[in-house]
Amino acid sequence: MYKLSACSSMACGISLQTMVLNSWKVRNYKQGSGRCTNVPRNVNLEKLQNNYLFPEISKRELQHLEKYPNAKVISLGIGDTTEPIPEKISLSMANYAHALSTAEGYRGYGAEQGNQALRKAIAETFYKDVAIKDTEVFVSDGSQCDISRLQLLLGSKVTISVQDPSFPAYIDSSVIIGQAGDFQDKTGKYQNIEYMQLGPQNNFFPDLRITPRTDIIFFCSPNNPTGHAATRKQLQQLVDFARDNGSIIVFDSAYSTYISDDSPKSIFEIPGAKEVAIEISSFSKFAGFTGVRLGWTVVPEELLFSGGFPVIHDFNRIVCTCFNGASNIAQAGGLACLSPEGFQAIRAVIDYYKENAKILVDTFASLGLEVYGGVNAPYVWVHFPGSKSWNVFTEILEKTHIITVPGSGFGPGGTEYIRISAFGQRELVIEASWRLEKLLSKGKSPFLTV
Amino acid sequence: MSLMNNLSNSMIYSSSSAFLAPTSFNSRTHNVSVPLKSPRIVKCIATPQEEQTAYKTKVSRNANIAKLQAGYLFPEVARRRAAHLLKYPNAQVISLGIGETTEPIPDVITSAMAKRSHALSTLEGYSGYGAEQGEKALRAALASTFYGNLGIEEEDIVVSDGAKCDISRLQIVFGSNVTMAVQDPSYPAYVDSSVIMGQTGHFLKDVERFANIEYMRCTPENGFFPNLSNVARTDIIFFCSPNNPTGAPATREQLTRLVQFAKDNGSIIVYDSAYALYISDENPRSIFEIPGAKEVAIETASFSKYAGFTGVRLGWTVVPKQLLFSDGFRVAKDFNRIVCTCFNGASNISQAGGLACLSPEGLEAMQEVIGFYKENTKIIVETFNSLGFKVYGGQNAPYVWVHFPGRNSWDVFTEILKKTHIVTTPGSGFGPGGEGSIRVSAFGHRENVLEACRRFKHLYN
Repeated sequence: MYKLSACSSMACGISLQTMVLNSWKVRNYKQGSGRCTNVPRNVNLEKLQNNYLFPEISKRELQHLEKYPNAKVISLGIGDTTEPIPEKISLSMANYAHALSTAEGYRGYGAEQGNQALRKAIAETFYKDVAIKDTEVFVSDGSQCDISRLQLLLGSKVTISVQDPSFPAYIDSSVIIGQAGDFQDKTGKYQNIEYMQLGPQNNFFPDLRITPRTDIIFFCSPNNPTGHAATRKQLQQLVDFARDNGSIIVFDSAYSTYISDDSPKSIFEIPGAKEVAIEISSFSKFAGFTGVRLGWTVVPEELLFSGGFPVIHDFNRIVCTCFNGASNIAQAGGLACLSPEGFQAIRAVIDYYKENAKILVDTFASLGLEVYGGVNAPYVWVHFPGSKSWNVFTEILEKTHIITVPGSGFGPGGTEYIRISAFGQRELVIEASWRLEKLLSKGKSPFLTV
Repeated sequence: MSLMNNLSNSMIYSSSSAFLAPTSFNSRTHNVSVPLKSPRIVKCIATPQEEQTAYKTKVSRNANIAKLQAGYLFPEVARRRAAHLLKYPNAQVISLGIGETTEPIPDVITSAMAKRSHALSTLEGYSGYGAEQGEKALRAALASTFYGNLGIEEEDIVVSDGAKCDISRLQIVFGSNVTMAVQDPSYPAYVDSSVIMGQTGHFLKDVERFANIEYMRCTPENGFFPNLSNVARTDIIFFCSPNNPTGAPATREQLTRLVQFAKDNGSIIVYDSAYALYISDENPRSIFEIPGAKEVAIETASFSKYAGFTGVRLGWTVVPKQLLFSDGFRVAKDFNRIVCTCFNGASNISQAGGLACLSPEGLEAMQEVIGFYKENTKIIVETFNSLGFKVYGGQNAPYVWVHFPGRNSWDVFTEILKKTHIVTTPGSGFGPGGEGSIRVSAFGHRENVLEACRRFKHLYN
């Protein structure tokens, strides 16, 4: 960690490392540079292996564009929504903005927990039949932010498990907060994190009989990146498992509105879940709010720490101290999203992306590749057995100018897979499918599986 | 800790926003009589009768959060205001407590936000994820507007959803193994976020301080600038100027000493400049006006009190490239990693508003609003002066710091609330050094400020 350098003469009795360390610091100050502060870098941040996955994908896209400035790059990588927000919703945000210029319409600080009407609307729209109260709903500026706020809540001393593969923010935030232990190059895993492997072999649901207990279980369904929506039976097993172990599930339901079948849309559909689960969700993929920034977290009153202290109380404290509420304009938009008209308009956009997903699934299936997802989520998960996903990513990028996401970015369990996102304009998705067909049809690519 | 234990403990610290008499956990809008703004209380459920049979997980509560003594200060003030309204539903309560902006946002700014909203419904205008660090045009405008000749560039600036959120993100960057110093009194988010991160050690009830925090006393006697020769070295120094709550701006000479102190100790200053545009005189607006500051300081700032963006949510943080950890690693790189992982950018609509704020028309409009609040401050200062109080602040900040020697500040808060229906903020909420003073904020409609001053005169004459 510290650069070794020639020692200045120091008193004996101090360890060599300390002497070297001290001398290095003294040397820097003596040199009059004052360049470095004396503040140690957070060791947790040192444990992070690379950049966060999605900025890395962006970087590669930019590099590719520099190399091929005339290439028509199609981005099916980062799950970035592309279709305009329905007018009714943007109009309500515009009106709210205008109103901020009037005496009657001006609003200052909102409740950190969110606008009450919005909290009520979220409870009524998504949790009506499972009796979640508006007071248990906390409006956020997006799930990625709330994941870290939950980590602040839970602290460094809890253990976590994640699906493998899964959305990288669970692991990265865990490393940052100090829960994860060291990274082990051999396995590609962090020492203290339990990775629950998902694959076709176990129907994309972990075998809980062989899963050790952890305090916290991050569970995303429909899953990013695999697209698998857990069944009611599977989620009951998960809730029972959490109950038996006294664990807390952090259930990420960001893609629930993409579900096509009768898979549960909320963990709270499962009896007993309120005492073992927190649910996070987002307007990003639901309403195209990726840039507008809005989401929510549900913390049931029944959820208690081991001493009986309600988790909701501490989460509220975090929200009041480390956050100051989502933008009021975004919240006005959120409310419009949940009006009957707004919701209907949004459904049309979701269906549009789902149709994209279908096209992609059909493309890969027709090539004889193992393809998963795409039915209950806007992601298609394609298996290239025996391959390394970053190599496949690069090959696809070089040969077809299509950005995807290598599966290993989501955990070691994603190594032989590529995630293709279904967000994009229809004609680009069709064009991409055509390019992929050309690349992957027999004999033209080393990655074809027979 | 059992639920019942916690209930009784938090009642001792009466400023807890959490547990009142067992009542249902409810958000604030019981008070239907409140015309425009809803109060901001959240009461937690207490179910002592079910405690024995209620299912408990086996997950331990975060011991750091358990160290927090009470609810965050401002929700507690809001809770008391709401309780007061319940008791006196016809009272004309005037809020000079929470620094809550009241004047509408200038048209030039809201029009830009409305325009951006509309554009999101069009093919050409739709944008999804933005850069986590903020939109390029806004970062560039911030650099040129506030740091033009200070050598701070666009890439040194990261746009946030407000200074309070960035304070916690900075704490995540620093981690639990650093020590910190704060002005005493100061904005409570520095201490509270530090406690949550695990930097602070235990609360020492007898001195009302956390064991591992260095409290830098700021009083009238030392010109509200700490005697640095009495301050122990810490890794991080939080420094807000103009100060919340005292309103004191640090002079160029004082900040030069602070920068030297940080240099000598290898510390990092987190400089909170949220009120810089309220400065009336020649005091520095940015820490980077001080030579050498780039190697020892981070600056955080906000549109909240400039543009009335308290609800819109927009701010920024400057982390110079020259700022390095002890091993030479750039602090900006770690901050960027946190911003990319724990955050996803400020709302694009808010950012469009921010850009409009920094247009010539927008800047002029902001200055007008700031001028309005400054005039409020003047009125409040004059009132307390005329009543013979020792009054501080108010010249360079929208806060007036009124001394009530020998009195408990929560008692004064309560007395003022009961007798004049005016909400203020008790000084002890900002640290032990705030005891004996009250913060009166100058945000409010002019007629409310004038009325409040009439009531103060009536009470204290």
